[in-house]
Amino acid sequence: MPHDHHDHLSPSGHPYRPDDDTPLSYWQTLEIAVRELLIGKGVTTAAEIAAQIDRMDARSPANGAAVIARAWTDPGFQERLLQDASAASREMGFDIGPLRLIAVENTPDIHNVIVCTLCSCYPRNLLGLPPDWYKSRAYRSRTVREPRAVLAEFGLVLPDTTTVRVHDSTADMRYIVIPARPDGTDGWSADRLATLVTRDSMIGTATALPGPG
Amino acid sequence: MTKTWVRVRHMMPPGHVRTPTYLRGKTGVIERPLGPFPNPEARAYGRPGDPRDLFRVRFRMADIWNDAVHPDDTLDAEIYAHWLEPLKD
Repeated sequence: MPHDHHDHLSPSGHPYRPDDDTPLSYWQTLEIAVRELLIGKGVTTAAEIAAQIDRMDARSPANGAAVIARAWTDPGFQERLLQDASAASREMGFDIGPLRLIAVENTPDIHNVIVCTLCSCYPRNLLGLPPDWYKSRAYRSRTVREPRAVLAEFGLVLPDTTTVRVHDSTADMRYIVIPARPDGTDGWSADRLATLVTRDSMIGTATALPGPG
Repeated sequence: MTKTWVRVRHMMPPGHVRTPTYLRGKTGVIERPLGPFPNPEARAYGRPGDPRDLFRVRFRMADIWNDAVHPDDTLDAEIYAHWLEPLKD
């Protein structure tokens, strides 16, 4: 029983998680006050708020993967996606709200990567919540300064013959990378191809997963 | 297609702006126009914001960083028209 004498550990041997009993911040207090007023005045209900949180949590990279897989299998759709990615996403039935989306395409000569140096702009409607590292100062500051070093730390080493295009999401547009379609996937259905499209491949810090072999 | 060269204005106004400091004073080409959007510098303070034209500007890494290891890699950013000045070549 190695943990018996450590009262900061639970019987299972893991540290207790500290209670979250710090005072509410100004913004937390404001959020609760506004929410209670909206419910009290009958503008919305607690159930509606919970349902909206569920809808937001349900957005995932699977939505973006479906868009990419469709582009890989439907050249007409790919053209429309590059022309107007918002309209093309809506065409597939994704409710992306007012999102203004630009799709950028990886080719043998060009690799695209997305960053938001000013905050953490991200196409949440298509990819869900951003990963924590996307919001980190290290990723945001280094990706515009030394993108190839950052990509190498993700395991993506690009040859000098490939041009790296960094896209800093500074204002009103959001971005999605169309990764290169993996070799050996001829004849695959869009549903099967979508399983190769990872979140990171749509941010540009990875390629799509390899096909068979 | 002729390239439209622009320089990002080198100004440091107070308040909320959407032009990153590292691009101020830098030179690039218009990648595409994006159309008008309500000015975020007003919207940040609860005002509606008059429409301002927004452009995607493409910069060579060598034109941003003096010591760029890969000078021909590029960086695209969205910059409002009132932050851009035309360049004659």
